[in-house]
Amino acid sequence: MKNSFFYASLLTLTGALLSGCVTINIYFPAAAAEKAADKIIEGVWQLKKPEDGAPGVDGPIPSQPIPQPEQPVQPMQPQN
Amino acid sequence: MRNPVYRFILLMLLLSVSGPGYTQANIEIDTPAISSLRQSMQQRHSQLQPYYERGAVGLTRDGLVAMRDANALPLAARQPVNALIAAENQDRNALYREIARANSHPEWEADIRATFGQRWIDLARPGWWYQAANGSWVRK
Repeated sequence: MKNSFFYASLLTLTGALLSGCVTINIYFPAAAAEKAADKIIEGVWQLKKPEDGAPGVDGPIPSQPIPQPEQPVQPMQPQN
Repeated sequence: MRNPVYRFILLMLLLSVSGPGYTQANIEIDTPAISSLRQSMQQRHSQLQPYYERGAVGLTRDGLVAMRDANALPLAARQPVNALIAAENQDRNALYREIARANSHPEWEADIRATFGQRWIDLARPGWWYQAANGSWVRK
């Protein structure tokens, strides 16, 4: 009786391991690929992050606006 | 005496099996080959950008770029732009292949190309041209 439980468990485990292997081999992580593509494209095309923003992966968005330097534009080179 | 021990071992094994299914949903893009391709494409983009805007070059469905309207270019510019397109497509093909390889799934290359094909178009600036599903050129 107890022995049959052991074999049943072993069978289940073997099945789980095999199906796990199969799943990993055929599964294409489409969402992760899309994220990776976006990261690369944003870099290549020098895009700003989209304004509607993906749900907070980078932590909470600060409620205050990001302080921007209000200095006037400096001339590119001082004329000597 | 034996059974509880086996049960415990089996339980632990089963728990560890469920792990990879969740943790592997990640795409590796931080390899030297991919980084150098990204850099090369980023540098080339400043040269290609005016031609996207002018409609001379468009984004294809298969994640590449193509000459859409050579008439938008002066004769003398056509050869250099063709060379830019060829170089860009070489990098893009290598990028898709390298990402698939970096993730130990070379057979994913087509899926990766399809994902990129869609995202290049989705992220394209207004005014750029892309190829629709039926192959016709559409202005974004």
